[in-house]
Amino acid sequence: MNKFIRRNLAGYTFLLPWLIGFFALAVGPIVSSLYLSFTDYDAVAAPSWIGLENYEFMVKDRRFWKALSVTFSFVVISVPAKLVFALAVAMILDRGVRAIGWYRALFYLPSILGGSIAVAVLWRQLFENDGLVNTLLGVVGVDGPNWLSDPRYSLTTLIVLAVWQFGSPMLIFLAGLRAIPQELYEAAEIDAAGKFRRFFAITLPLLAPVIFFNLVLQMIEAFKSFSGAFVISGGKGAPLDSLLFFTVYLYNEAFSYFRMGYASALAWVLLLIIAVFTAVAFWTSKYWVHYENERS
Amino acid sequence: MADTTLVGAAPTHPTTAQIAAAIREERARRGKRAALLKHIFLIITSLVMIYPLIWMLASSLKPDNQIFGNLGLWPSELRWENYTAGWNAMAVSFTRFFLNSTFVTVLSVIGNVISCSFAAYAFARLEFSGKNIWFALMMMTLMIPYHVVLIPQYILFLKAGWVDSYLPLIVPRFLAGDAFFIFLMVQFFRQLPRDLDEAAMIDGCNPFKIYWAIILPLSVPAMATAAIFSFIWTWEDFLGPLVYLNDMRDYTVPLALRSFIAQDSVSAYGQLFAMSVLSIVPIVIFFIIFQRLIIRGIAMSGLK
Repeated sequence: MNKFIRRNLAGYTFLLPWLIGFFALAVGPIVSSLYLSFTDYDAVAAPSWIGLENYEFMVKDRRFWKALSVTFSFVVISVPAKLVFALAVAMILDRGVRAIGWYRALFYLPSILGGSIAVAVLWRQLFENDGLVNTLLGVVGVDGPNWLSDPRYSLTTLIVLAVWQFGSPMLIFLAGLRAIPQELYEAAEIDAAGKFRRFFAITLPLLAPVIFFNLVLQMIEAFKSFSGAFVISGGKGAPLDSLLFFTVYLYNEAFSYFRMGYASALAWVLLLIIAVFTAVAFWTSKYWVHYENERS
Repeated sequence: MADTTLVGAAPTHPTTAQIAAAIREERARRGKRAALLKHIFLIITSLVMIYPLIWMLASSLKPDNQIFGNLGLWPSELRWENYTAGWNAMAVSFTRFFLNSTFVTVLSVIGNVISCSFAAYAFARLEFSGKNIWFALMMMTLMIPYHVVLIPQYILFLKAGWVDSYLPLIVPRFLAGDAFFIFLMVQFFRQLPRDLDEAAMIDGCNPFKIYWAIILPLSVPAMATAAIFSFIWTWEDFLGPLVYLNDMRDYTVPLALRSFIAQDSVSAYGQLFAMSVLSIVPIVIFFIIFQRLIIRGIAMSGLK
């Protein structure tokens, strides 16, 4: 008994800071955010209960649907593009490339800088009407659009920004490729399996757990992305709400208009969307992801 | 294809060694060509990747009228004034912003490393009731978007009178708020041999002594990795300061940059770029020094 207490005492002492943080900064806020989502609240007067009104309003709120569609388009286009690019570069870097360390570092650098405001500022200027991108397009005879003020093109700038940061999934792919036994490729080559065959029969299935991991991680990241869209859209989702990311909309409702109740409802919807997407990914993964140890 | 013609075309029966040599030669030739193509592809891709950053650096030294509509990187004259003028372009000088950022970042890094290594030690090396449930809950917090907890946290800190101070940015770091680092350290601690703890236990060490004298000294790479990532993320953090800091004298560097564009959207691009470059210098320096640790950290946390 004495030993039992001593053990638990040690364990919980070390866990204490995390436990306080867990309840005060995660569980507590999530629960109170659910409560606030049923209230009208401006952070000054006490919250007043209004039942489902926030959610009813949301269904009719055109900006909510716009924010949802902008965010979905961003996730659905940028995540696969980023992963395909990351995998392609990882496969090229995988074996026998000289100076691999240099390339790896160069390709990873944008991932580290990508979240910074400096890069968001830079991106805005790159896609300015007479910015670098249009100047380059002009060289090959294309009259580039007005990327930042034309709502048809504005999202492209953020998708390019996301794909530019393919470095971290690339590193994870590289580690995954290293773990595939070489003998499999040698055996396949003896059986005269071509490059494509080897890719689809060996690389893809054995890499499936890593692809899955990257997919879930990048998807969550994409749903959460904020600062790039915030800075590039001038803080409001402009032009014509074409950059109204869900997070940007939420921020504005909460901290520009102090509609904390409605913003909390938006936050809960975001949480549910991410949870559903992750759950679907896990559920479908049964059919396309097989782990090494379950086959034995 | 080439392999079969080679073998088939031989008039007399070649020895196995000869065939093997021929195949090897052909492979080496093909390998060289493939390697060359790979390098060309990789060099072009790296240039495209890095070009925007170089363009930013070059633009920071150009006169404003040469920045746009201009592909050339080399300025006709080096405008170092962009840096000095940009530094003092706003009501508050960048000295203040850099000091603010340094203050928040240093304390956040210390808080993260201490509190996360505590939690990780408990999860990886100690036995206590409910450990697995807590661990699962900890992993679930990885998924929660910051935006969901942001509003209640803001209200909490508002009631505590902490808004317009650095406490909302720093205190959570001392409460192991970043589950990613706990996970990273748990992975590392688990690899350390258990015999060490047991031997120390027999010698009469308590868990605190074991943490301090055995686990920590052996975990320098993991601690360093966590410290580096924590440094980079805190330095770049935008949403936290945006919500909690309203007085320009309290601004961190990213907030200052953002008001720079808001304030002066017409001219002064050279200065804007100059300050943007300076804002990422600390990160680039860290990246160059600790590149190996950073890259290993990504692979380790991602896969094991």
